[in-house]
Amino acid sequence: MTYDVAFVAAACLAIVSALGVVLAGNPFYSALSLIMNLVSLATLYLLLQADFLAAAQVIVYAGAVMIMFLFVIAYLGGRADEPSRDVPLWQLGAAVVAGAAIVVEIVVAVSTQAFGGGATVSDQFGGPVELAGQFFNRYLLAFEVTSVLLLVAAVGGVVLGSKRPSPRVDEPDAFPAPRETPPELELQAAVMRAETAFPVTHVGRKQEES
Amino acid sequence: MRIGVEYFVAVSAIVFGIGLFGVFTRRSPLILLLSVELMLNACNLSLVAFARYWGDHAGQIFALVVMGVAASEVVIGLGLVVAVARRKVDLDVDRMTALRN
Repeated sequence: MTYDVAFVAAACLAIVSALGVVLAGNPFYSALSLIMNLVSLATLYLLLQADFLAAAQVIVYAGAVMIMFLFVIAYLGGRADEPSRDVPLWQLGAAVVAGAAIVVEIVVAVSTQAFGGGATVSDQFGGPVELAGQFFNRYLLAFEVTSVLLLVAAVGGVVLGSKRPSPRVDEPDAFPAPRETPPELELQAAVMRAETAFPVTHVGRKQEES
Repeated sequence: MRIGVEYFVAVSAIVFGIGLFGVFTRRSPLILLLSVELMLNACNLSLVAFARYWGDHAGQIFALVVMGVAASEVVIGLGLVVAVARRKVDLDVDRMTALRN
């Protein structure tokens, strides 16, 4: 009985928060809605006896990936908002039809099968011991390839984040050469140059005392 | 009433459809990434449901790998968004047609 109640509550929460992600006006609300979606999916994983996966979902997905999203949304500030041009109505209709078509197709395909009861599994089914046993014995290649993929993604992220952009073709003077720094500010300018990756142009102090 | 695997797959399909609608409709690349995350999570739910049904761990392993792939993709996608924003280009996927420069 509690199983059914938990399932219905988590499923409704998952669907409502999914609607919140795609329909919210503010990207912050979308990200928070996705966090709620991830937590409700973690509840569903617990109902499916995937304990380790539920914990990994909350810690990694809701905890790390979504925080990254929130950082970027906060960094972008007002630029993260949707551009003000409206979506044409035919595009909205086509999107609804496409989404509904996928849902109907999957639901029909699943409900015409006679599934019956699931396999009986031990209490340790989704626990870390059994999962690790599978990961390191049978699916070792997937494990190693995933770690390489994560390394590549980390390197790519660093490259994308730190590379100084090259000037665009139609904007040749986007990064003009830095002006000459006055001698009393050279040490300061040298320190700033060492600290940043972008060219430093020092605004000269006005001559106040003669 | 017994909650069989078909109910979990139905929930997964609905969340997937909502994510698909988001990918088609929204124009901000951040919301686009969030909708893709929705779709990936819906697939994860389906995988875990069938893993429980068959009593096989393969579905859960696959779901863990998908989680890793999604995290990597988010890193690259957000890096791209930040790089584009730094270039002072409008954050609109209808306009970002070429990644050159």
